[in-house]
Amino acid sequence: MRNKLHALWRTFFGDSARAFGSASVILLLLLAIAPAKNHFSQWRHYQKQYLHLIRGRADAVTLERHFQGGIQQIWMPEQQVTDRCTTCHLGLKEASLADVSSVAFREHPVIPHKLTEFGCTTCHRGQGAATTVEEAHSATEQWEQPLLPAKYIEAGCGQCHLENQTGTPFLNQGRQLISNSGCTHCHTIKQADGTYIMPDDDPPSLKHIADKTTRDWVYAWIKDPQAYASTATMPNYHFSDDDARDVSAFILAQSTPLQPPLQPPLQPLKADAKAAADPAAGTTLYGQSFCASCHAMQNAAGMMVGGNVGPELTGIGTKAKPEWLQDWVANPNHYDPATMMPHYRFDAQQVATLTGFLESKTEPDFVANVHLDGATPQQIEHGKRLVVENGCASCHEINGIKKPENFAPELSRIGSKPLNQLIFVEGVEHTLPGYVAGKVRNPRAFGPSLKMPQFKFTPQQIDAVTTALLALTDRAQSQPPTMRIASVQQTKYQPAGNAGQLMRDLRCLTCHMIDGHGGDMAPDLTWEGTAVQHEWLTQFLKNPETLRPALIRRMPKFNLTDAEINTLADYMMTVYQTPEFDRDSLPVSQFGTAQVEQGRQLFYSKFACQSCHIADYKTDKGYIGPALAGTGKRFNAAWVYRWLKDPQALRPGTIEPNQHMTDDEARSLTAFLMSLKSGGAQEAMKK
Amino acid sequence: MKQVLIAVCAVTLLMAGCSRKSKQPALLQATATGTAIVESSGGKQIGYAGMPLDQPVVVQVNDASGNGIAGAAVCFSGPSGVSFTPASGLTDSSGQVTSAVALGQQAGRYKIMASTRDASGKTIELNLDEIVLGYQQTVGAQLNAQYCVRCHDPESTPQRVSNMDNLSVKPHPFTEGDTLNKMSDADLVAIISHGGPALNKSPEMPPWGYTLSKSDIAALVSYIRAVADPPYEAGGLVYAQK
Ligand code: HEC
Repeated sequence: MRNKLHALWRTFFGDSARAFGSASVILLLLLAIAPAKNHFSQWRHYQKQYLHLIRGRADAVTLERHFQGGIQQIWMPEQQVTDRCTTCHLGLKEASLADVSSVAFREHPVIPHKLTEFGCTTCHRGQGAATTVEEAHSATEQWEQPLLPAKYIEAGCGQCHLENQTGTPFLNQGRQLISNSGCTHCHTIKQADGTYIMPDDDPPSLKHIADKTTRDWVYAWIKDPQAYASTATMPNYHFSDDDARDVSAFILAQSTPLQPPLQPPLQPLKADAKAAADPAAGTTLYGQSFCASCHAMQNAAGMMVGGNVGPELTGIGTKAKPEWLQDWVANPNHYDPATMMPHYRFDAQQVATLTGFLESKTEPDFVANVHLDGATPQQIEHGKRLVVENGCASCHEINGIKKPENFAPELSRIGSKPLNQLIFVEGVEHTLPGYVAGKVRNPRAFGPSLKMPQFKFTPQQIDAVTTALLALTDRAQSQPPTMRIASVQQTKYQPAGNAGQLMRDLRCLTCHMIDGHGGDMAPDLTWEGTAVQHEWLTQFLKNPETLRPALIRRMPKFNLTDAEINTLADYMMTVYQTPEFDRDSLPVSQFGTAQVEQGRQLFYSKFACQSCHIADYKTDKGYIGPALAGTGKRFNAAWVYRWLKDPQALRPGTIEPNQHMTDDEARSLTAFLMSLKSGGAQEAMKK
Repeated sequence: MKQVLIAVCAVTLLMAGCSRKSKQPALLQATATGTAIVESSGGKQIGYAGMPLDQPVVVQVNDASGNGIAGAAVCFSGPSGVSFTPASGLTDSSGQVTSAVALGQQAGRYKIMASTRDASGKTIELNLDEIVLGYQQTVGAQLNAQYCVRCHDPESTPQRVSNMDNLSVKPHPFTEGDTLNKMSDADLVAIISHGGPALNKSPEMPPWGYTLSKSDIAALVSYIRAVADPPYEAGGLVYAQK
């Protein structure tokens, strides 16, 4: 063995010539390491593969002309982009490579931006400057931001687009959920445009809770809100039996009686009268008042029917005391001046009927197993401590407890949070999306003493909320403002004077938008005074007719007095006018019968309006748009004409297609529509 | 050296993956075997990249007379990136197995498979298609829901009553590949932009070219192509098991 080694040594380094030669070879080899490393580098391998791929294709010549070897880079210092992704992703701009199965070489799916506009990492994250697969895509010790999983990709859009976009349904949904679930009662979220995401869940004040419900109900509710109403947005705090006992004790103890106090029920609604009262009358009044536009209720078949503006009413009889229900139905302002619920002007009989109907909607099982003894002072004291510790006053008004400031961490930059500032637990993926999704899914898994409660989200909702949170990045905050598309903020518009007071009492803005303030459940009324005729508006407020037969949400009847109706109609006709044109600028007297006839032809043949609208209840059936049989009594001709010419100019976002009519066509159609003067749907159906 | 190691790892992993796949049904200890496997629900859903499908996939194993049988082992599989929870199971008393499916990270059509063994040990397969929409198709899907679906979809919900019955000429649901696949992209753009008369069809199909942008209409076309059944030939990528 030894001899052999010795012989080998002699062969290569035996004399000076041999030694010199061998040393040179070794040196040469050492010098070759760097170029060889380069030569065998991963990206070269990809470029070779790419060339191999394109050479086999029909448009090889074009593709080869586009190909550039070596390290490629998109560099945009002001946007902090240094992306070398295109070194390997060589086919991103090649439309003919849309069918390639390898993601590395495929055309980038169509998006509204050029790839060179924002680079890659702006949306996808990852390490742009890296040139190996591992470093570019995965988290490393120096680089914490791995590639964003595809399901959260809309977070990329949300960094600049603070308003809703058609192409980002999950981001939109996530932002909506953050508002609707009230996340921002506790967490501050300041967006890059300086606006705040505001909570939109309207949690009730608890200052007079004892007038409204019982301690048993409160106990059962805080144990499991969704057991009472599957649609409830209040999260679950996982209180122990003892803690729930003490919290309910305190909540009831802090309650003060309403002023003026509730009246005892007008009639003995509870027992005998309920049976005596006509059960159908309640159902009918509930239906006629369109309570279901805002409130959901489970029907006999177990289906949830109704809107989600107000709370679900399936078990309202178990929750609310009869005297409170009666007071609330008569005038909700008494108990809660800030409620979104309108003040229907029900007469005493109607109040009794509706109260009886709602009292009969019970869920006795919900409180059946609650057996609480009278509360001791210690329990109340302990309950108060729990209420403070859990930040209940972040959402609810509670006597003697101030709304805590910054109760939970601010989330304005959660999408860039360094991982070393986060505490992970088992079962949660060690990435930022993993952490955020884990927190949204099951916050208490991160430690039993943590305060964040458990929300009821479906897996898809968790992904949506996570998407919206991941959009809140450092990049979003530090970008030049010109790149930002600001969020749409509501104005503070309020109608003025007597009419304004009336409109607030009726909560018109809960459903209608006026001057950029209000709900989106019913038509925008900003220009209603230009659109409609005074006489029609008066009639409509007196007896809201059905304009859209296929709609379940409708304008309720508020039982207004004539004087109230006049106040409203006068105000709307005077104030809600467009500056663009005069409502009287197209007198109907101009139209001759020939023009009406021509309009009729256009309506039924060229434009086939009857596929969506009803002009004549006997022949037409279309019900995507409102019925037009009463247009001549409802609208002003100038409005109809302008609408036909460009519907989106009068109501942005309306789905009525712009038919690109000539002036003559629009005029004839207006003549025809203004000649339609039959009554509303119900009237027509009766005929 | 590193490369060799990686290669070795990859091969081992691959082998492990394959063997696990083929062993699974055996591990389950089937107590019965059927002669056919059929879809109960969950095929042809439209989903989003990397997200679970709205509805689980439910398949049923039947005996020779077409009745569901309990205790048969069913194994789900799909192209890489598709996950099933659970990936295999025994049929319940009605002969069914339910699995939640999350599709891959790329837009396209995913071919997934449910299989069981018959009495002789032969594998019987059921193939299902699921669709993942990309960005452009998502835009199309949203626009469709807003502007088109009430005329083009015969199905009604309380929130969205179908208008199809009110039309004298019945439009086609966009999934009807037999009709829509025969129309060229240019024809689709023409009828959507300029209405039925552009193709000598009914004016009950309105023109959208002055309401929607060109890219909106391109998005609608790509959506129509993506959901066609049978599939549109140039309708994008198909992911199937190798
Ligand atoms: C008012 C009802 C209505 C609406 C809304 C509507 N369509 Fe149509 N569409 C029709 C009718 C009716 C036809 C059939 C015309 C014919 O065959 O003569 C049609 C035909 C078509 C066709 C040709 C294939 C077929 O179904 O016969 C396409 C493509 C189409 N529509 C796309 C759209 C798109 C995209 C939208 C939404 C932007 C839309 N449509 C909205 C009524 C409508």
